[in-house]
Amino acid sequence: MSRLDAVNLLYIVGFALFIVGLRMVRGPRTAVNGNLIAAVGMGIALVATLIDPRIGDWVLIVIGVAIGTAIGIPAARNVKMTAMPQMVALFNGVGGGAVALISLVEFRESLDLPLESLIPIVFAAIIGSISFWGSNIAFSKLQELKWAKRRFPARPLTLINIGLAAVVLVLAVTIVAGADAEILFWLLLLAAGVLGITAVLPIGGADMPVVISTLNAFTGLSAAAAGIALDNTALIVAGMLVGASGSLLTKQMAEAMNRSIGNVFFGGFGATAGAIATADDGVDRTVRSTSAADVAIQLSYARLVVVVPGYGMAVAQAQRAVADLAGELEKRGVEVLYAIHPVAGRMPGHMNVLLAEADVPYDKLKEMDDINGEFARTDVALIIGANDVTNPAARTVADSPIYGMPILDVDKASSVVVLKRSMASGFAGIDNPLFYDEKTSMLFGDAKASVADIASEVHAL
Amino acid sequence: MDLLTELAILVLAAFVGFEVISKVPNTLHTPLMSATNAIHGIVLLGAILVIGPATGFLNDFLLVIAIAFGTINVVGGFLVTDRMLGMFKTRPAKPTPVTSASEAERKPDPSEAVASAKRETGDEK
Repeated sequence: MSRLDAVNLLYIVGFALFIVGLRMVRGPRTAVNGNLIAAVGMGIALVATLIDPRIGDWVLIVIGVAIGTAIGIPAARNVKMTAMPQMVALFNGVGGGAVALISLVEFRESLDLPLESLIPIVFAAIIGSISFWGSNIAFSKLQELKWAKRRFPARPLTLINIGLAAVVLVLAVTIVAGADAEILFWLLLLAAGVLGITAVLPIGGADMPVVISTLNAFTGLSAAAAGIALDNTALIVAGMLVGASGSLLTKQMAEAMNRSIGNVFFGGFGATAGAIATADDGVDRTVRSTSAADVAIQLSYARLVVVVPGYGMAVAQAQRAVADLAGELEKRGVEVLYAIHPVAGRMPGHMNVLLAEADVPYDKLKEMDDINGEFARTDVALIIGANDVTNPAARTVADSPIYGMPILDVDKASSVVVLKRSMASGFAGIDNPLFYDEKTSMLFGDAKASVADIASEVHAL
Repeated sequence: MDLLTELAILVLAAFVGFEVISKVPNTLHTPLMSATNAIHGIVLLGAILVIGPATGFLNDFLLVIAIAFGTINVVGGFLVTDRMLGMFKTRPAKPTPVTSASEAERKPDPSEAVASAKRETGDEK
């Protein structure tokens, strides 16, 4: 067996482990080991590459790996749980960037590439560049960098996107047709990069999970294309595996949020929201604000309190304060459960991660379908920085943009307390009639401070 | 390897990708995305393979960046996924319903001790 055969054999072991690992990540019990198995597969594939006879420039390889490790490990270890989504975006982006750079070098290296290499190289360059720049925008938006916080108009940008896509296509065809000018390839990368930026810019933060998942699938596809160009089975299989599973995952995520992928990328949400905000003029729009002491009394004498966490809790880093408050209440014999909407926060599972971090027992976190029946016997529903996922308009107002989205039926509870920073509307930009309900009282302020105040009032009772 | 064989592998891998995902509980969407994200870090291999034959300063420079990017993707991807999944670790089925302070003292099931220890070192940052 030649050394190259050994390399290819190890690749097969590597991607088999990817498949086994991914399968295991699908189930909550096996997920941790699944990830480890996939990592082992990656290690094997890497070792295989290093014994490949064509390998050279060891010093440069070591430098590159050292730089990557020095950046990657601390970044992954130190990132706060709340910042996980943007970290994934960033890691995805650099993967796409690597593909774009590899294609650029492949193009520069060899004149007269055969079509069967040239086409995948051009494809990998386009998709890799879109993924890199798009992911960086997704990161900037989720990180709430100042410049990314302003609203970008969807409609003019859509026109620009169509124009850019046409430019990319023309450049790609010209290159494939045999125009061997390096400048064209740089322009191709540039145009695709700008397209990545302008495509993601107008998308709101709430839709970012879908965007990141899409770009993730893109990077996978570009890796598979690079694999065809380089005749490398590990890249083909692993890249396509991610491309396919990533696409399916994107679809499922969008479904859980009751959004279509087309809807996410080509707007429409922002356009209707303005009309809705002013549509329900008939509603009594007075809100009752309350104090921490009042809420403390309300909670202390309840039998069942259901906490409904949302993005506000994540932003305020209030999860530990919430767990402490629950502890105080449980000492007094109050039952405390948590209602987790599938898309509360900015990523599916976001709330579970945060509350688990604060050592809230796993069995107290109830999924939407399990908890909705419980609201009828709930004395107080305590909403902490959640908005759209509790909006009864999703059930009742047929022309609301979120109509039909499954929500938590908090309005069925005997009383509702909403902790909220201000009366600003949620991500969808829709007014929430729940706040004007007469059994609802609002406690304005930073979620963490409010929860801590309530906890100390409960303690003092 | 000829193009048709590669295309066959590509198509089969696509079907495996679809099969492997099928239906995932909502709470695992993010970790699963993160795991697949780590796997496309495989591009690191591509960058390593190309840098040997590559000539000229600019090409080498671009590829060192590509290798660094790929490494960040692989290392960061798997680590972040592990931290995320650590949060989902099966907790004891019937925790004592007292205070959150007692949660910290609960001992994990021995079979999970390794993964759980990993979680603790990862999280305390």
